[in-house]
Amino acid sequence: MTHVNDAPRTGTTLIKSGLAEMLKGGVIMDVVTPEQARIAEDAGAVAVMALERVPADIRAQGGVARMSDPDLISGIIDAVTIPVMAKARIGHFVEAQVLQQLGVDYIDESEVLSPAGYAHHIDKGRFTVPFVCGATNLGEALRRITEGAAMIRSKGEAGTGDVSEATRHLRTIRGEIAGLQATWRSNPDELYVAAKNLQAPYELVRRVAEQGALPVVLFVAGGVATPADAAMMMQLGADGVFVGSGIFKSGDPAQRAAAIVAATAGHDDPELIARVSRGLGAAMVGINVADVPTPHRLAERGW
Amino acid sequence: MLALQGGVREHCAVLEGLGAEPVLVRRPDDVIGPDGVRLDALVLPGGESSVIDRLVSSVGLDGPLKRVITDGLPTLATCAGLILLAVAVLDPAPGQQSLQLLDVDVRRNAFGPQRASAEVRLSSSWGPAEVAFIRAPAIERVGPDVAVLAEHAGRVVGVATASVIGLACHPELTGATLFHRRLLDLAESRRRPLSA
Repeated sequence: MTHVNDAPRTGTTLIKSGLAEMLKGGVIMDVVTPEQARIAEDAGAVAVMALERVPADIRAQGGVARMSDPDLISGIIDAVTIPVMAKARIGHFVEAQVLQQLGVDYIDESEVLSPAGYAHHIDKGRFTVPFVCGATNLGEALRRITEGAAMIRSKGEAGTGDVSEATRHLRTIRGEIAGLQATWRSNPDELYVAAKNLQAPYELVRRVAEQGALPVVLFVAGGVATPADAAMMMQLGADGVFVGSGIFKSGDPAQRAAAIVAATAGHDDPELIARVSRGLGAAMVGINVADVPTPHRLAERGW
Repeated sequence: MLALQGGVREHCAVLEGLGAEPVLVRRPDDVIGPDGVRLDALVLPGGESSVIDRLVSSVGLDGPLKRVITDGLPTLATCAGLILLAVAVLDPAPGQQSLQLLDVDVRRNAFGPQRASAEVRLSSSWGPAEVAFIRAPAIERVGPDVAVLAEHAGRVVGVATASVIGLACHPELTGATLFHRRLLDLAESRRRPLSA
Protein backbone atom coordinates (compact mmCIF):
# COMPACT_ATOMS: atom_id res chain seq x y z
CA MET A 1 0.00 0.00 0.00
CA THR A 2 1.27 3.45 -0.84
CA HIS A 3 0.39 6.65 0.93
CA VAL A 4 1.36 10.16 -0.01
CA ASN A 5 2.18 12.46 2.88
CA ASP A 6 2.65 16.22 2.88
CA ALA A 7 6.16 17.53 3.48
CA PRO A 8 7.35 16.96 7.07
CA ARG A 9 7.74 20.10 9.20
CA THR A 10 10.91 19.97 11.32
CA GLY A 11 11.92 22.25 14.18
CA THR A 12 8.39 23.40 15.04
CA THR A 13 7.55 24.48 18.59
CA LEU A 14 5.54 21.29 19.04
CA ILE A 15 8.40 19.09 17.83
CA LYS A 16 10.88 20.87 20.08
CA SER A 17 8.76 20.73 23.23
CA GLY A 18 7.51 17.25 22.26
CA LEU A 19 10.85 15.58 22.89
CA ALA A 20 10.95 17.11 26.37
CA GLU A 21 7.42 15.81 26.97
CA MET A 22 8.74 12.30 26.26
CA LEU A 23 11.45 12.72 28.92
CA LYS A 24 8.93 13.36 31.72
CA GLY A 25 9.32 11.21 34.79
CA GLY A 26 12.93 10.54 33.84
CA VAL A 27 16.46 11.41 34.91
CA ILE A 28 18.97 13.24 32.69
CA MET A 29 22.56 12.63 33.76
CA ASP A 30 25.70 14.74 33.27
CA VAL A 31 28.52 12.80 31.59
CA VAL A 32 31.96 13.87 30.41
CA THR A 33 33.07 10.70 28.58
CA PRO A 34 31.50 7.94 26.43
CA GLU A 35 32.20 5.47 29.27
CA GLN A 36 30.16 7.55 31.70
CA ALA A 37 27.41 7.86 29.08
CA ARG A 38 27.19 4.06 28.82
CA ILE A 39 26.95 3.75 32.61
CA ALA A 40 24.15 6.32 32.62
CA GLU A 41 22.25 4.53 29.84
CA ASP A 42 22.63 1.17 31.60
CA ALA A 43 21.30 2.74 34.79
CA GLY A 44 18.13 3.98 33.05
CA ALA A 45 18.84 7.62 32.16
CA VAL A 46 16.26 9.08 29.72
CA ALA A 47 19.03 11.22 28.23
CA VAL A 48 22.61 12.21 28.92
CA MET A 49 24.09 15.71 29.09
CA ALA A 50 27.56 16.06 27.58
CA LEU A 51 29.81 18.66 29.15
CA GLU A 52 33.49 19.42 29.55
CA ARG A 53 33.65 19.03 33.33
CA VAL A 54 30.93 18.29 35.87
CA PRO A 55 29.91 21.36 37.88
CA ALA A 56 31.71 20.19 41.04
CA ASP A 57 35.00 20.14 39.11
CA ILE A 58 34.31 23.50 37.45
CA ARG A 59 33.71 24.86 40.95
CA ALA A 60 36.86 23.24 42.37
CA GLN A 61 39.21 23.96 39.46
CA GLY A 62 37.93 27.35 38.34
CA GLY A 63 38.85 28.76 34.93
CA VAL A 64 36.61 29.30 31.92
CA ALA A 65 34.16 26.46 31.27
CA ARG A 66 33.13 25.99 27.63
CA MET A 67 31.27 23.65 25.29
CA SER A 68 32.88 20.16 25.21
CA ASP A 69 35.32 19.04 22.56
CA PRO A 70 33.32 17.94 19.45
CA ASP A 71 35.20 14.62 19.45
CA LEU A 72 33.92 13.89 22.94
CA ILE A 73 30.37 14.84 22.01
CA SER A 74 30.44 12.68 18.88
CA GLY A 75 31.93 9.86 20.96
CA ILE A 76 29.07 10.13 23.42
CA ILE A 77 26.46 10.23 20.60
CA ASP A 78 28.00 7.05 19.18
CA ALA A 79 28.18 5.36 22.58
CA VAL A 80 24.50 5.47 23.52
CA THR A 81 21.05 4.98 21.96
CA ILE A 82 19.23 7.50 24.19
CA PRO A 83 19.00 11.27 23.45
CA VAL A 84 22.19 13.28 23.91
CA MET A 85 22.09 16.86 25.18
CA ALA A 86 25.08 19.17 25.34
CA LYS A 87 25.80 22.47 27.04
CA ALA A 88 26.56 25.76 25.31
CA ARG A 89 27.56 28.96 27.11
CA ILE A 90 24.85 31.53 27.75
CA GLY A 91 24.70 33.75 24.66
CA HIS A 92 27.22 31.69 22.67
CA PHE A 93 25.17 31.13 19.53
CA VAL A 94 28.11 29.71 17.58
CA GLU A 95 28.69 26.96 20.15
CA ALA A 96 24.99 26.24 19.65
CA GLN A 97 25.43 26.15 15.85
CA VAL A 98 28.28 23.66 16.31
CA LEU A 99 26.22 21.47 18.64
CA GLN A 100 23.31 21.44 16.19
CA GLN A 101 25.74 20.50 13.41
CA LEU A 102 27.09 17.62 15.53
CA GLY A 103 23.55 16.22 15.79
CA VAL A 104 22.88 16.61 19.51
CA ASP A 105 19.21 16.17 20.39
CA TYR A 106 18.94 19.11 22.83
CA ILE A 107 21.12 22.10 23.76
CA ASP A 108 21.35 23.36 27.33
CA GLU A 109 22.15 27.09 27.33
CA SER A 110 23.71 26.76 30.72
CA GLU A 111 24.84 28.98 33.57
CA VAL A 112 27.17 26.14 34.61
CA LEU A 113 29.51 27.22 31.80
CA SER A 114 31.10 30.67 31.69
CA PRO A 115 28.70 33.11 29.97
CA ALA A 116 29.79 34.34 26.52
CA GLY A 117 28.10 37.65 27.13
CA TYR A 118 26.20 39.46 29.83
CA ALA A 119 23.34 41.04 27.87
CA HIS A 120 21.85 38.58 25.40
CA HIS A 121 20.82 34.96 25.54
CA ILE A 122 20.82 32.85 22.36
CA ASP A 123 17.95 33.52 19.92
CA LYS A 124 16.76 29.94 20.24
CA GLY A 125 13.83 30.21 17.85
CA ARG A 126 16.30 30.35 14.94
CA PHE A 127 17.50 26.78 15.56
CA THR A 128 15.99 23.44 14.50
CA VAL A 129 17.40 21.72 17.57
CA PRO A 130 15.49 22.46 20.81
CA PHE A 131 16.92 24.23 23.86
CA VAL A 132 16.57 23.81 27.61
CA CYS A 133 17.37 26.79 29.84
CA GLY A 134 17.70 27.34 33.57
CA ALA A 135 15.49 29.64 35.60
CA THR A 136 15.31 30.75 39.21
CA ASN A 137 11.83 32.30 38.97
CA LEU A 138 8.82 32.53 36.66
CA GLY A 139 9.85 35.76 34.91
CA GLU A 140 13.20 34.26 33.95
CA ALA A 141 11.48 31.07 32.72
CA LEU A 142 9.04 33.08 30.56
CA ARG A 143 11.82 35.21 29.07
CA ARG A 144 13.68 32.05 28.06
CA ILE A 145 10.49 30.57 26.54
CA THR A 146 9.97 33.82 24.61
CA GLU A 147 13.48 33.42 23.19
CA GLY A 148 12.53 29.91 22.06
CA ALA A 149 13.41 27.56 24.94
CA ALA A 150 11.34 24.36 24.66
CA MET A 151 12.10 23.09 28.15
CA ILE A 152 12.83 24.82 31.46
CA ARG A 153 14.82 23.54 34.42
CA SER A 154 15.35 25.12 37.79
CA LYS A 155 18.94 26.28 38.13
CA GLY A 156 19.51 25.17 41.69
CA GLU A 157 23.14 25.61 42.65
CA ALA A 158 25.05 23.18 40.45
CA GLY A 159 28.03 21.23 41.75
CA THR A 160 27.17 21.61 45.42
CA GLY A 161 25.17 18.47 46.22
CA ASP A 162 22.99 20.87 48.23
CA VAL A 163 19.42 20.68 46.98
CA SER A 164 18.15 23.75 48.84
CA GLU A 165 18.40 26.18 45.91
CA ALA A 166 16.66 23.75 43.55
CA THR A 167 13.87 23.49 46.11
CA ARG A 168 13.65 27.26 46.36
CA HIS A 169 13.57 27.81 42.59
CA LEU A 170 10.97 25.10 41.98
CA ARG A 171 8.74 26.33 44.80
CA THR A 172 9.14 29.91 43.57
CA ILE A 173 8.18 29.10 39.98
CA ARG A 174 5.20 26.96 41.00
CA GLY A 175 4.09 29.52 43.58
CA GLU A 176 4.22 32.34 41.04
CA ILE A 177 2.19 30.26 38.57
CA ALA A 178 -0.43 29.60 41.27
CA GLY A 179 -0.50 33.34 41.99
CA LEU A 180 -1.10 34.15 38.32
CA GLN A 181 -3.86 31.58 38.18
CA ALA A 182 -5.56 33.18 41.20
CA THR A 183 -5.24 36.63 39.63
CA TRP A 184 -6.73 35.35 36.39
CA ARG A 185 -9.76 34.02 38.27
CA SER A 186 -10.35 36.99 40.55
CA ASN A 187 -8.90 40.09 38.84
CA PRO A 188 -7.89 39.32 35.26
CA ASP A 189 -7.32 43.03 34.60
CA GLU A 190 -4.32 42.84 36.96
CA LEU A 191 -2.48 40.45 34.62
CA TYR A 192 -1.14 43.42 32.63
CA VAL A 193 0.83 44.64 35.61
CA ALA A 194 1.77 41.05 36.45
CA ALA A 195 3.30 40.80 32.95
CA LYS A 196 5.14 44.08 33.49
CA ASN A 197 6.54 42.85 36.80
CA LEU A 198 7.53 39.48 35.33
CA GLN A 199 9.20 41.29 32.38
CA ALA A 200 7.49 38.82 30.07
CA PRO A 201 4.99 39.19 27.19
CA TYR A 202 1.36 39.58 28.24
CA GLU A 203 0.06 36.83 25.91
CA LEU A 204 2.43 34.27 27.42
CA VAL A 205 1.62 35.39 30.96
CA ARG A 206 -2.09 35.05 30.25
CA ARG A 207 -1.62 31.57 28.81
CA VAL A 208 0.24 30.45 31.95
CA ALA A 209 -2.47 32.04 34.13
CA GLU A 210 -5.25 30.28 32.23
CA GLN A 211 -3.60 26.86 32.16
CA GLY A 212 -1.90 26.97 35.55
CA ALA A 213 1.28 25.59 34.01
CA LEU A 214 4.20 26.57 31.82
CA PRO A 215 3.66 25.80 28.12
CA VAL A 216 6.77 23.58 28.29
CA VAL A 217 8.10 20.88 30.60
CA LEU A 218 9.61 21.98 33.93
CA PHE A 219 12.51 19.85 35.18
CA VAL A 220 14.64 20.46 38.23
CA ALA A 221 18.44 20.72 38.34
CA GLY A 222 21.23 21.77 40.66
CA GLY A 223 22.26 19.89 43.78
CA VAL A 224 20.29 16.63 43.45
CA ALA A 225 22.51 13.92 44.99
CA THR A 226 20.30 11.18 46.45
CA PRO A 227 17.20 9.15 45.49
CA ALA A 228 15.26 11.02 48.18
CA ASP A 229 16.35 14.39 46.70
CA ALA A 230 15.01 13.34 43.30
CA ALA A 231 11.73 12.00 44.73
CA MET A 232 11.24 15.20 46.72
CA MET A 233 11.59 17.30 43.56
CA MET A 234 8.99 15.12 41.83
CA GLN A 235 6.61 15.40 44.79
CA LEU A 236 7.05 19.18 44.62
CA GLY A 237 5.77 19.04 41.05
CA ALA A 238 8.84 18.74 38.83
CA ASP A 239 8.32 16.87 35.55
CA GLY A 240 11.74 15.21 35.83
CA VAL A 241 15.25 15.57 37.18
CA PHE A 242 18.73 16.52 36.00
CA VAL A 243 21.57 15.05 38.03
CA GLY A 244 25.01 16.53 37.51
CA SER A 245 27.91 15.91 39.83
CA GLY A 246 25.73 13.82 42.16
CA ILE A 247 26.32 10.59 40.26
CA PHE A 248 29.90 10.55 39.05
CA LYS A 249 31.22 12.27 42.19
CA SER A 250 29.73 9.54 44.40
CA GLY A 251 31.21 6.25 45.61
CA ASP A 252 29.24 3.91 43.30
CA PRO A 253 27.94 5.85 40.27
CA ALA A 254 26.15 2.94 38.51
CA GLN A 255 24.17 1.90 41.55
CA ARG A 256 23.38 5.45 42.64
CA ALA A 257 22.23 6.36 39.13
CA ALA A 258 19.87 3.36 38.99
CA ALA A 259 18.53 4.20 42.44
CA ILE A 260 17.82 7.82 41.45
CA VAL A 261 15.99 6.58 38.33
CA ALA A 262 13.85 4.20 40.41
CA ALA A 263 13.08 6.86 43.03
CA THR A 264 12.12 9.43 40.37
CA ALA A 265 9.62 7.07 38.74
CA GLY A 266 8.36 5.79 42.10
CA HIS A 267 8.52 9.15 43.86
CA ASP A 268 5.26 8.60 45.76
CA ASP A 269 6.34 5.25 47.25
CA PRO A 270 8.46 5.67 50.43
CA GLU A 271 8.94 1.91 50.73
CA LEU A 272 10.57 1.83 47.28
CA ILE A 273 12.68 4.92 47.97
CA ALA A 274 13.90 3.38 51.24
CA ARG A 275 14.78 0.12 49.50
CA VAL A 276 16.74 1.70 46.63
CA SER A 277 18.52 4.08 49.02
CA ARG A 278 20.23 1.21 50.87
CA GLY A 279 23.87 0.32 50.30
CA LEU A 280 24.67 3.10 47.84
CA GLY A 281 28.01 3.98 49.40
CA ALA A 282 29.12 7.54 49.88
CA ALA A 283 27.11 10.37 48.35
CA MET A 284 29.12 13.26 46.91
CA VAL A 285 30.61 15.24 49.78
CA GLY A 286 29.27 18.52 48.49
CA ILE A 287 29.33 22.00 49.86
CA ASN A 288 26.56 23.96 51.57
CA VAL A 289 25.26 26.71 49.31
CA ALA A 290 25.56 29.14 52.23
CA ASP A 291 29.34 28.51 52.19
CA VAL A 292 29.64 29.43 48.50
CA PRO A 293 30.66 33.09 48.26
CA THR A 294 28.16 35.15 46.23
CA PRO A 295 30.42 35.87 43.24
CA HIS A 296 30.85 32.10 42.74
CA ARG A 297 27.16 31.23 42.64
CA LEU A 298 26.28 29.86 39.22
CA ALA A 299 22.53 30.47 39.60
CA GLU A 300 23.14 34.21 39.42
CA ARG A 301 24.38 33.91 35.84
CA GLY A 302 21.61 34.67 33.32
CA TRP A 303 18.89 37.26 33.64
CA MET B 1 -2.71 4.55 30.84
CA LEU B 2 0.74 3.15 31.55
CA ALA B 3 2.29 5.98 33.59
CA LEU B 4 5.83 5.02 34.55
CA GLN B 5 7.62 7.54 32.32
CA GLY B 6 6.98 9.65 29.22
CA GLY B 7 4.11 11.43 27.48
CA VAL B 8 1.23 10.42 29.75
CA ARG B 9 -0.56 13.75 30.19
CA GLU B 10 -1.24 14.33 26.48
CA HIS B 11 -2.86 10.90 25.98
CA CYS B 12 -5.03 11.50 29.04
CA ALA B 13 -6.14 14.86 27.61
CA VAL B 14 -7.18 13.26 24.30
CA LEU B 15 -9.02 10.42 26.06
CA GLU B 16 -10.83 12.80 28.41
CA GLY B 17 -11.86 14.89 25.42
CA LEU B 18 -13.49 11.77 23.98
CA GLY B 19 -15.41 11.10 27.20
CA ALA B 20 -13.19 8.32 28.57
CA GLU B 21 -11.91 8.23 32.15
CA PRO B 22 -8.19 7.46 32.05
CA VAL B 23 -6.66 5.87 35.14
CA LEU B 24 -2.91 5.70 35.68
CA VAL B 25 -1.26 2.27 35.70
CA ARG B 26 1.85 2.24 37.87
CA ARG B 27 1.62 -1.04 39.81
CA PRO B 28 0.50 -4.60 39.02
CA ASP B 29 -2.75 -4.22 40.96
CA ASP B 30 -3.72 -1.24 38.79
CA VAL B 31 -4.10 -3.78 35.96
CA ILE B 32 -5.48 -6.83 37.74
CA GLY B 33 -6.96 -6.43 41.21
CA PRO B 34 -8.81 -8.83 43.52
CA ASP B 35 -11.90 -8.04 41.43
CA GLY B 36 -10.21 -9.05 38.16
CA VAL B 37 -9.06 -6.93 35.21
CA ARG B 38 -9.61 -3.28 36.00
CA LEU B 39 -9.21 -1.76 32.53
CA ASP B 40 -11.43 -1.55 29.44
CA ALA B 41 -8.53 -0.45 27.25
CA LEU B 42 -4.83 0.29 27.59
CA VAL B 43 -2.52 3.01 26.26
CA LEU B 44 1.24 2.48 26.19
CA PRO B 45 2.67 5.99 25.74
CA GLY B 46 5.82 7.36 24.19
CA GLY B 47 8.85 8.07 26.28
CA GLU B 48 12.33 6.60 26.42
CA SER B 49 11.73 2.97 25.46
CA SER B 50 14.78 1.57 27.28
CA VAL B 51 13.66 3.26 30.51
CA ILE B 52 9.99 2.21 30.26
CA ASP B 53 11.16 -1.33 29.46
CA ARG B 54 13.33 -1.41 32.58
CA LEU B 55 10.65 0.11 34.83
CA VAL B 56 7.91 -2.27 33.60
CA SER B 57 9.97 -5.26 34.76
CA SER B 58 11.26 -3.67 37.95
CA VAL B 59 7.77 -2.83 39.24
CA GLY B 60 6.43 -6.24 38.13
CA LEU B 61 4.03 -4.94 35.48
CA ASP B 62 5.37 -7.22 32.73
CA GLY B 63 3.33 -10.27 33.81
CA PRO B 64 -0.03 -8.50 34.20
CA LEU B 65 0.42 -6.51 30.96
CA LYS B 66 1.30 -9.67 29.01
CA ARG B 67 -1.77 -11.41 30.39
CA VAL B 68 -4.33 -8.73 29.56
CA ILE B 69 -2.90 -7.86 26.13
CA THR B 70 -2.72 -11.56 25.18
CA ASP B 71 -6.34 -11.89 26.32
CA GLY B 72 -7.32 -9.21 23.80
CA LEU B 73 -7.50 -6.01 25.87
CA PRO B 74 -7.77 -3.18 23.30
CA THR B 75 -4.36 -1.48 23.32
CA LEU B 76 -2.96 1.67 21.68
CA ALA B 77 0.84 1.75 21.70
CA THR B 78 2.66 4.87 20.52
CA CYS B 79 6.40 5.25 19.84
CA ALA B 80 8.15 3.75 22.88
CA GLY B 81 4.92 1.83 23.58
CA LEU B 82 5.20 0.20 20.15
CA ILE B 83 8.80 -0.78 20.90
CA LEU B 84 7.65 -2.31 24.19
CA LEU B 85 5.20 -4.58 22.35
CA ALA B 86 7.42 -5.63 19.43
CA VAL B 87 8.63 -9.20 19.01
CA ALA B 88 12.10 -7.91 18.13
CA VAL B 89 13.79 -4.57 18.88
CA LEU B 90 16.55 -3.50 16.48
CA ASP B 91 19.23 -1.09 17.76
CA PRO B 92 18.23 -1.78 21.38
CA ALA B 93 19.87 -0.23 24.41
CA PRO B 94 22.10 -2.76 26.22
CA GLY B 95 19.87 -5.30 27.96
CA GLN B 96 16.65 -3.89 26.50
CA GLN B 97 13.90 -6.52 26.37
CA SER B 98 10.34 -6.13 25.14
CA LEU B 99 7.05 -7.80 25.95
CA GLN B 100 7.03 -9.54 22.51
CA LEU B 101 3.28 -9.38 22.05
CA LEU B 102 3.02 -7.79 18.60
CA ASP B 103 4.46 -9.66 15.62
CA VAL B 104 6.63 -6.86 14.22
CA ASP B 105 10.31 -5.93 14.31
CA VAL B 106 10.89 -2.31 15.27
CA ARG B 107 14.07 -0.26 14.80
CA ARG B 108 14.61 2.39 17.47
CA ASN B 109 15.36 5.96 16.44
CA ALA B 110 15.12 5.02 12.76
CA PHE B 111 14.88 8.54 11.31
CA GLY B 112 17.95 10.20 12.87
CA PRO B 113 18.58 12.73 15.63
CA GLN B 114 16.08 15.27 16.97
CA ARG B 115 16.70 17.75 14.13
CA ALA B 116 15.03 15.17 11.81
CA SER B 117 11.93 14.96 14.03
CA ALA B 118 8.88 16.42 12.29
CA GLU B 119 5.15 17.09 12.22
CA VAL B 120 3.53 15.13 9.41
CA ARG B 121 0.08 14.82 7.88
CA LEU B 122 -0.19 11.05 7.85
CA SER B 123 -2.48 9.13 5.51
CA SER B 124 -3.65 5.97 7.22
CA SER B 125 -6.04 3.21 6.22
CA TRP B 126 -8.48 4.81 8.64
CA GLY B 127 -8.11 8.34 7.26
CA PRO B 128 -5.69 11.26 7.62
CA ALA B 129 -4.20 12.40 10.92
CA GLU B 130 -1.79 15.15 11.98
CA VAL B 131 0.95 13.43 13.97
CA ALA B 132 4.43 14.10 15.34
CA PHE B 133 7.46 11.91 14.72
CA ILE B 134 10.02 12.43 17.51
CA ARG B 135 13.21 10.39 17.30
CA ALA B 136 10.73 7.88 15.99
CA PRO B 137 11.11 4.15 15.46
CA ALA B 138 10.12 2.39 12.24
CA ILE B 139 8.59 -1.03 11.66
CA GLU B 140 10.92 -3.20 9.57
CA ARG B 141 9.05 -6.52 9.55
CA VAL B 142 5.30 -7.03 9.72
CA GLY B 143 3.98 -10.44 10.73
CA PRO B 144 1.29 -12.27 8.71
CA ASP B 145 -1.54 -11.45 11.14
CA VAL B 146 -0.66 -7.76 11.37
CA ALA B 147 -2.13 -5.15 9.01
CA VAL B 148 -0.19 -2.10 7.85
CA LEU B 149 -2.05 1.12 8.75
CA ALA B 150 0.32 3.80 7.52
CA GLU B 151 3.69 4.52 5.97
CA HIS B 152 5.94 7.56 6.14
CA ALA B 153 9.11 8.23 4.14
CA GLY B 154 8.87 4.75 2.67
CA ARG B 155 8.72 2.99 6.03
CA VAL B 156 5.89 1.32 7.90
CA VAL B 157 4.90 3.49 10.86
CA GLY B 158 1.46 2.17 11.82
CA VAL B 159 0.07 -1.36 12.23
CA ALA B 160 -3.00 -3.00 13.72
CA THR B 161 -4.25 -6.40 14.82
CA ALA B 162 -7.74 -7.24 16.06
CA SER B 163 -6.99 -5.63 19.42
CA VAL B 164 -3.70 -3.74 19.16
CA ILE B 165 -2.96 -0.44 17.39
CA GLY B 166 0.78 0.25 17.09
CA LEU B 167 2.11 3.64 15.95
CA ALA B 168 5.69 4.89 15.55
CA CYS B 169 4.43 8.47 15.89
CA HIS B 170 2.55 10.65 18.39
CA PRO B 171 -1.08 11.47 17.59
CA GLU B 172 -1.55 12.70 21.17
CA LEU B 173 0.92 15.62 20.89
CA THR B 174 -1.01 17.13 17.99
CA GLY B 175 -4.38 16.22 19.53
CA ALA B 176 -5.37 13.92 16.65
CA THR B 177 -8.23 11.75 17.90
CA LEU B 178 -8.51 9.18 15.08
CA PHE B 179 -6.58 6.34 16.75
CA HIS B 180 -7.92 7.00 20.25
CA ARG B 181 -11.49 6.87 18.89
CA ARG B 182 -10.68 3.49 17.34
CA LEU B 183 -9.33 2.30 20.67
CA LEU B 184 -12.50 3.37 22.51
CA ASP B 185 -14.66 1.74 19.79
CA LEU B 186 -12.75 -1.52 20.30
CA ALA B 187 -13.28 -1.25 24.06
CA GLU B 188 -16.98 -0.55 23.61
CA SER B 189 -17.59 -3.48 21.27
CA ARG B 190 -15.66 -5.79 23.60
CA ARG B 191 -17.76 -4.70 26.58
CA ARG B 192 -21.03 -5.16 24.70
CA PRO B 193 -20.34 -7.97 22.23
CA LEU B 194 -24.03 -8.75 21.64
CA SER B 195 -25.05 -5.25 20.61
CA ALA B 196 -22.31 -5.00 18.01
